[in-house]
Amino acid sequence: METTNHEQRTTNDALLSFRAIEKSFFGVRVLKSVSLRVRRGSVLGLVGENGAGKSTLMNILGGNLRPDAGELLLNEARFEPRHPTDAARAGIAFVHQELNLFSNLTIAENIFLTSFPRALPPFIARRQLRDRAAELLNEVGLNLSPDTLVERLPAGERQLVEIAKALSLAPKLIILDEPTTSLSARETEHLFALMQRLRERGVAMIYISHILGDVLRLCDDIVVLRDGAMVGNGVRAEFTSERMISLMVGRELSQLYPKRRERGDSVPLSPQRGEGWGEGWERHETQAANESAGLNHPAPVTPPHEPFLGSSRRDEAHASQPEKDQSLVTSAATVQGFEARNFVSGNSLPVERRGGPEALLELRHVSQPHIVRDISFALHRGEVLGISGLMGAGRSELARIIFGLDAHAGGEILLNGKALPRSGPRARIQHGLAFLTEDRRHEGLCLEASIADNLALVALRRHARTPLKFLSTGTWREAIRTMRAAVKLSPNARDEQAVKTLSGGNQQKVVIGKWLVAEPRVFILDEPTRGIDVGAKFEIYQLIHDLADRGAGVLVISSEMEELIGICDRILVMAQGEIRDELRSVEFDRERILRAALLDGARTVTSARTP
Amino acid sequence: MTATTTSNEQRTTNKFLTLFASEYLVLALCVLYFTALAPFAEGFASRGNFGNILLTLLPLFMLAIGQTVVLITGGIDLSVTSTIALTSVVGAMVMSGDNGWLAGNPLAVPIAITLMLIVGGAVGLLNGIAITRLRMPAFIVTLTTMMFVSGFAVWLTKSKNIGALPGAFTLIGNNLWISLPLTAVVAAFAHLMLSRSLFGRWLYAVGHNNRAAYVSGVPVAGITCSAYVVSGACAALASVLLTGQAETGSPVLGKNLLLDVIGATVIGGTSLFGGKGKVLWTLFGVLFLKLIDNSLNLLNLSDWDIRMVKGGVILFAALMDAVRNRFVVRSS
Repeated sequence: METTNHEQRTTNDALLSFRAIEKSFFGVRVLKSVSLRVRRGSVLGLVGENGAGKSTLMNILGGNLRPDAGELLLNEARFEPRHPTDAARAGIAFVHQELNLFSNLTIAENIFLTSFPRALPPFIARRQLRDRAAELLNEVGLNLSPDTLVERLPAGERQLVEIAKALSLAPKLIILDEPTTSLSARETEHLFALMQRLRERGVAMIYISHILGDVLRLCDDIVVLRDGAMVGNGVRAEFTSERMISLMVGRELSQLYPKRRERGDSVPLSPQRGEGWGEGWERHETQAANESAGLNHPAPVTPPHEPFLGSSRRDEAHASQPEKDQSLVTSAATVQGFEARNFVSGNSLPVERRGGPEALLELRHVSQPHIVRDISFALHRGEVLGISGLMGAGRSELARIIFGLDAHAGGEILLNGKALPRSGPRARIQHGLAFLTEDRRHEGLCLEASIADNLALVALRRHARTPLKFLSTGTWREAIRTMRAAVKLSPNARDEQAVKTLSGGNQQKVVIGKWLVAEPRVFILDEPTRGIDVGAKFEIYQLIHDLADRGAGVLVISSEMEELIGICDRILVMAQGEIRDELRSVEFDRERILRAALLDGARTVTSARTP
Repeated sequence: MTATTTSNEQRTTNKFLTLFASEYLVLALCVLYFTALAPFAEGFASRGNFGNILLTLLPLFMLAIGQTVVLITGGIDLSVTSTIALTSVVGAMVMSGDNGWLAGNPLAVPIAITLMLIVGGAVGLLNGIAITRLRMPAFIVTLTTMMFVSGFAVWLTKSKNIGALPGAFTLIGNNLWISLPLTAVVAAFAHLMLSRSLFGRWLYAVGHNNRAAYVSGVPVAGITCSAYVVSGACAALASVLLTGQAETGSPVLGKNLLLDVIGATVIGGTSLFGGKGKVLWTLFGVLFLKLIDNSLNLLNLSDWDIRMVKGGVILFAALMDAVRNRFVVRSS
């Protein structure tokens, strides 16, 4: 095979090496001794789930982050980029997933923004600028005048301009991060042909993509990351799509999720940091014993529409292990007082609490051209429903449509059985809908305003007395105090302190708190734990469970599949604006979710469509 | 112990910082300025002069209250001075003894004042609708409103002043026993609305973060729109005082006030970026600006000298505000 020869010839010809790179954020190791190598004139495929560490690794290469330990070698010399320009100077170019072009400038100006050809400084050599831009555009297969304003280009063509910009630096190494997400099939083919030509010219590339078929087709070597560690590394011939998927997900739950409170359980929900694992375990054991003896609850009957009963797959997986094996218990209990949910049979709960038949929120054939297509599902009382999928699958867009922030062309949204008006969040909030947006800083908080003002914002109306709507300060303060305690906001933070001074986790608690004050019946949370440390995550999961236990319906959107598996009763998988799969908790399976989200699965689509 | 000296030093700097970040800083500066200039400017500290200062301060304060409300939402209202002119003219046309519509009618004055308030509110409503419904920038909307409305006021009167206003009306502007309580009531009401009412909380939320307020169910468009209506109504009230003081309805009334209003509000500490502002601060700002105005007048400085000084002071106030913000952020 030609590649094998090529590989043998260049085995020691590493252009770039990562050696034992370590990186931690807030005490969480996001890169665990990662070592990999990019050979001259080859394409390295880098795959892994969201949060596996791909971006962190590339940010280190690009000079945006510094590694805690380990080193980079470029041409066998130590390479320590401190700033993005260091990487550019060393001949490393990035094609980012999100587009960083200036839409008010022309294509040519964008390409040469940092390196305008000058005739007589400070004047720009306009003809040279245009000619070189035209050459680069020709190379990426974009048949446009270099004087076209970028704002007139569709996303796919902007991506090609971005690539032309990378090429303008005559790089030795190009990093392409999900370059095909906004490209049409024809543009994608063109890009792949371009990559082939570049490789023949000796340019090395790192290709990051979730589309595993493309990775197999394009790349010479493949590296699989999972949880910040390298779990697979080899030449293309060693990999198949199936193997990559199982490497990407093949782990036990590494994160910890709170146990869902049992009905009538008077034990406080909060984990006592000092409390040992054993106690929680025992509690569960007695509960289970009680249940099996029929003391607490009547034996659950399983109606056909009730999806949440029966032993879960997770439980089955652990049933093979001796349940009371002390070593297993202690090894899992690395964080004291936290309970891994997969050890807890959360499914032996009474029917009415785990998603009874009462639908709180129902979507019927909701569509919006190019955004979402024919979305139908119901969220039940006491249910935590997850929506999984890749970025750009339409998850957040769907949530915004439900909350009335964006319009939808077809279909109905029903809350408590009544159709909601077409747009506007105000009526929805009064009907008991709440929405934690993905963008906390811009849509969730008034950063300059105080904690109290932020917490009070949604439910303020209730504390206003007619005729002039003066606020009754007493009840208002009381509500704020209650909510601070409920979301466990840092006790050091004063009520009048500006929210921007809080940590990400506490900020998120403020947003959750302001919605909880309004006592929502349906709470939609879009990426509730993004950018938050582990402890705060745990507390947010508890709040979600607590809310569901009190009879609300919770819709959680997350890029972290583990999170959804850890906290949800049911998961919908979205891809390209459609629901591709639905999993009940008994069916939770990382591979199946990932497959539905990644593969162009016509099969799953049809099966999900059949009523 | 060695720590004592440093902690003492720290305490003094802390005290300094507290004063610096305090909302009473501008008031302190007023007192300081007054004591510094009283010996030089003849008659500065006289009782008659206090009356003078108050007379000119009250309409400016009234106007600035409305501007404060608008600035809190993150907008700006440049049309207020032309609203003063228009309402002045409209009021005079109603009640003037010289061919007024209701000349001699005992209800002429209350009807005229009501109409002035309606016209002022209507100008504000137009601004508000253009800004919220048509999503135009406040700056350009109110700038063009200013041009149109002041032109309209001149057109209405064929560029003539309207005299012969009823004595009951002119008394409102000229007699401190009437104008002072009136302004105080308006200011107290505005203060309570801003600090204690739902409207006030929503207003600040809109100014802090429009998007987040909308997502949280705040009627952003309605709140923004009403801020401009409030500003228009305040301009009408200022016009009542100014027209009374001038004793004529004039289509050019108040045309020099625009920068004073915005300057005084900013000197007080209300942020041009929205989300921050208080009626009390604005009072201090207006007081400071008026003290400068008055003292320099007494020192017989020419108009352009006064303008240069005022420009410098407003610029300095904006600078102080930026610096103060930085300290507040750092200390919290």
